[in-house]
Amino acid sequence: MRTYELMFISSPNTTDEDISKLTSQIENAVTDRGGKIVKVEPWGRRKLAYRIDKFDEGIYTLVHIEGNGNEIAEVERRLRVNDSIIRYMSIRTDEDLKRAAKMKAKRKPVPVSGAVEVDDEGNGFDEDDDLDS
Amino acid sequence: MAELENDDRERERNGRTGRSSRPSRRRRVSRLTAERVDYIDYKDTKLLQSFIAENGKILPRRLTGVSAWQQRKLTEAIKRARNLALLPYTKY
Repeated sequence: MRTYELMFISSPNTTDEDISKLTSQIENAVTDRGGKIVKVEPWGRRKLAYRIDKFDEGIYTLVHIEGNGNEIAEVERRLRVNDSIIRYMSIRTDEDLKRAAKMKAKRKPVPVSGAVEVDDEGNGFDEDDDLDS
Repeated sequence: MAELENDDRERERNGRTGRSSRPSRRRRVSRLTAERVDYIDYKDTKLLQSFIAENGKILPRRLTGVSAWQQRKLTEAIKRARNLALLPYTKY
């Protein structure tokens, strides 16, 4: 199973009702295809760093999704045709999170002597003079 | 041998006087390593903000002291954040 993060920005004049309707639609689309909604985080109204479609702020929603990929395609298709969505992005997170967890685990056993000395100097060099003479 | 090397170095230093006066010292250990950030999240705008310049540009790693791998991940995260209007592409 892969994990994804989907974030979309609705236009500031969208009602809370419309957004909850949309999230439940997304949830249905995901569960119908064998995926799972792990968590929905409504960020609420937030100022945009730059103007998009003449809007200065937007309503952010973050959705954590678990699945195999085809539900993401369907959800993205739906967001694309929805006029109240001004921006969306989905990213796959499992690989990077797994890597991060691994690094954390690797560090934990030796918390103090974290600095491993790697001596690259002299590597590949043969400074033994006796060999020639 | 060692003395000769020292003399050489001194001559060079005298020759180019502007060399020692750099505009800013490189930070040896970046915040990423110090705070043990394993996963660079595009949503963490506070963190990302410290790696972009005043005008919104991504700072080179010679100024921030992050590793090559960290710089790659940072760049990815900053570009994601820009796409979602969490960070600006440009300021002024």
